[in-house]
Amino acid sequence: MPVIDLANPSRFLSVVNRVLPWLIAMTIILFAIGLYRAINAPDDYQQGATVKIMFLHVPAAWLGMFGWGLMCIAALGTLVWRHPLADVAGKAVAPIGAAFTFICLVTGSLWGRPTWGTYWVWDARLTSMLVLLLLYLGVIALYWTAEEPGRGARAAAILSLVGAVNLPIIKFSVDWWNTLHQPASVLRIGGSTIDPALLVPLMIMTLAFLLLFVTLHLASMRNEILRRRVRSMRLLQAQELAEAT
Amino acid sequence: MNLGPHADFIVAAYAITIFVIAALVAWVALDYSTQQRILGDLEERGVTRRSRRKG
Repeated sequence: MPVIDLANPSRFLSVVNRVLPWLIAMTIILFAIGLYRAINAPDDYQQGATVKIMFLHVPAAWLGMFGWGLMCIAALGTLVWRHPLADVAGKAVAPIGAAFTFICLVTGSLWGRPTWGTYWVWDARLTSMLVLLLLYLGVIALYWTAEEPGRGARAAAILSLVGAVNLPIIKFSVDWWNTLHQPASVLRIGGSTIDPALLVPLMIMTLAFLLLFVTLHLASMRNEILRRRVRSMRLLQAQELAEAT
Repeated sequence: MNLGPHADFIVAAYAITIFVIAALVAWVALDYSTQQRILGDLEERGVTRRSRRKG
């Protein structure tokens, strides 16, 4: 089946209904393996057992940014091609991205207290991540409070594209400014500086979180398509009632 | 398993993550059943989508 066929909401729904059970099963299996490896991972020589927070914090941070990247692609689909599925994808991903960004901030804070001696500092990495969460909340508000859904979707798409400026700021904040947050230690030129005993569980947990993200996004898109069907059926019903009276 | 002197922080991080993800999953699942139920009710009352109508 050509990929373009998926752009039809009915076709998309039938594919999602077939794919979701497999995705759910794979997510559960990967989390079982990842958590087993994370629990049994050795302590860090400096941080001790608190390094176990990394297996939650790092994937959540990556997926918080990944979610915004997806919203930017969806925004282009909404503004350039005006495709309804792009709008559905953007609206569906926002709460998921916000949840992962929230997890990143909270777990980072809980990791920071024993490591740095403080829950929070207004340094560039932490602040830009908080800005990402606030931007997510702004997009969610635009999608869910606009009286006319099309107008809300266009406004949210514009905010998504403008907010993309924050992504390189988050990524390079630790290089551009003097921050309390450590520099990149996984995705860096010259390879990871993390020992394989910690890196392998981190990668498995990242894959598990990514599958969870994709599963939730597809399920959320399915909900949004159904919600739009309900809306159009109710409008049709109201129109028919008005014509009958 | 010994989580050391900062066990509370580690347990709290895992507990909050599990709670947020569980809430997200529950919200998505509940939303799906709600939309399915409303669609079922509307179809039962004879309301159909324009694309499903014949002639």
